[in-house]
Amino acid sequence: MKKILDVKNLSVSFHVYGGEVQAIRDVSFDVKEGEAVAIVGESGSGKSVTAQTIMRLIQTPPGKIKAGEVLLDGQDLLKLSEKEMQKVRGNKIGMIFQDPMTSLNPTMTVGKQIMEGLIQHQSLSKGAAKTRAIELLKMVGIPNPETRISQYPHQFSGGMRQRVMIAIALACNPSLLIADEPTTALDVTIQAQILQLMKDLQQETKTSIILITHDLGIVADICDRVIVMYAGQIVETGTKHDIFHNPKHPYTQGLLKSLPRLDQDKNEPLVPIFGSPPDLIKPPQGCGFCARCDEAMHICETESPETTVLSDTHALRCWLQHPEAKRPASAGAKEASV
Amino acid sequence: MIRYILKKFVIMLVSLFFLVTTTFVLMNAIPGSPLQSEKATSEAVQKNLEAYYGLDKPMIEQYGIYLKNLVQGDLGISMKKKFQAVDKIIKESFPYSLKLGIASVITSIVVGCLLGILAAMHHRKFIDNFAMVIAVIGLSIPSLVMAPLLQYSLAVKIRAFEVAGLNGPLDYVLPTIALSAASIAFIARLIRSTMIEVLNSDFIKTAKAKGLAGHWIVWRHALRNSMLPVVTFLGYLTAGVITGSVVIEKIFAIPGLGKFFVQSVSDRDYPLIMGITIFYAVLLMVCRFLADIAYVLVDPRMRAGGKGK
Repeated sequence: MKKILDVKNLSVSFHVYGGEVQAIRDVSFDVKEGEAVAIVGESGSGKSVTAQTIMRLIQTPPGKIKAGEVLLDGQDLLKLSEKEMQKVRGNKIGMIFQDPMTSLNPTMTVGKQIMEGLIQHQSLSKGAAKTRAIELLKMVGIPNPETRISQYPHQFSGGMRQRVMIAIALACNPSLLIADEPTTALDVTIQAQILQLMKDLQQETKTSIILITHDLGIVADICDRVIVMYAGQIVETGTKHDIFHNPKHPYTQGLLKSLPRLDQDKNEPLVPIFGSPPDLIKPPQGCGFCARCDEAMHICETESPETTVLSDTHALRCWLQHPEAKRPASAGAKEASV
Repeated sequence: MIRYILKKFVIMLVSLFFLVTTTFVLMNAIPGSPLQSEKATSEAVQKNLEAYYGLDKPMIEQYGIYLKNLVQGDLGISMKKKFQAVDKIIKESFPYSLKLGIASVITSIVVGCLLGILAAMHHRKFIDNFAMVIAVIGLSIPSLVMAPLLQYSLAVKIRAFEVAGLNGPLDYVLPTIALSAASIAFIARLIRSTMIEVLNSDFIKTAKAKGLAGHWIVWRHALRNSMLPVVTFLGYLTAGVITGSVVIEKIFAIPGLGKFFVQSVSDRDYPLIMGITIFYAVLLMVCRFLADIAYVLVDPRMRAGGKGK
């Protein structure tokens, strides 16, 4: 399959009062045509910064893209001028944000907000844009789109507003949709509806999706591939199966252990990951997870782990899995920690 | 919407009634009378005069008569200005104040908004600092200092304008600048702070993610949301500028209403005090009322009887 998006060695910093926060460090991944990729990680792990860097929505200053390439269909987005970038945003890449309550302009009708992008990118006439907007609203499952189109965001519920956001993001048939925690602000039943909608739309339109979330349940639901981020780095990537059934990085293993499971004994406590992530103003010399890792070795403190490729789909940054690691990795290490 | 307007209208009438009552009581509480003058008059003449103007009756009765006349739209006759009707004095002098006021309001809004928007768009850069320095100067120099400064520099030294008087449209320039300096500064600061906040809000990010150009985002998405506090302020501003030009009118020798207002108080010209006070009050209320309606028009959430979330 063709690569739609190829992110290579991306590093982004923010200059703040206390110094330079290295929000993401040497992040590389790709997204193929029609694929849904999840980026998971805890708060501050760099997931949203990654997404916003792809869209070039980072405020500079204080933000600074220090190195790397973001190739969309072979074109480096980081080299484009602001004008050229405007032609990419909303046209080739659509984006959905976390909070639908504040992400729509309260003083503009929903229809106008959908039509804006269409008029901008496809040079549609007002009438044609309106027809398309009604179509889009119908597509995202809003009843009576003809009347709803002239209403204001405050007349919509949270779930409905997120549907509108999806309609805006998909208006120009982008080849990539970035959803930055699209369901975090919604209640559980609405979450399920929105996810189902995204799943259906993806199958219908064959748009590639980057889903940013900290909810592993969502990931299993709609994504093909998973990228686990920690302290500004990608620590493990793999297919859904690799990550959920055969996690190798102690952090990924910890994340999965901290989730409740249906087949678990009710009296068995969940296992948290103790400690907190490192300060990215002074990122640790070695592995970022070292201080919280039960299996940390001496090398973990001093040397940042290289990427180890386990299979075509599965790769991670952990010394435990390094081919030259002394003890046999995989299953043995996992059981030792439990 | 209609209920909203009706409600506001009733509140307006009630406040007007209280205002009339308070002014009437306060005015009569001031020592002195319109009929006292340097020349001593005989007791009989004094009595006759009092009877003529109805000042011999008990205060509560005078109040009743005034209210009755007021409801019929009669503001009475000035006791000092050679028997001129109060409404005629207002009618003749107010247009000058109004023209000056409107010019100032427009200048304040246009210049204030421009400065504020520029400052917000270039937050923490040179333009921002520059605009805010101008704003602080505008706020901190009172108009009674600003006006002579303008007269001295632009009319006496450079001779670009007339020092005083109102003989042509150009003569409005200096008083307008002097009158609007403070409100320009106020609006600029108001717009700047709201706009900085609005530009950081989520829906601006959405607009950027749609691929809209920067200036379009400011114009279509940020400005309308930043205007809300200005619109609220607009009512006070308009009324304040139109009525508050007393000092400026004096300095630039403009025959506006402000002059009569000051005189009426020192003359104890009861009908004129009442008349101008009521006129100003109604003006202020109407401006506030219009601002409330404008608010509803700008913010769709206020529609439907203010029940919006």
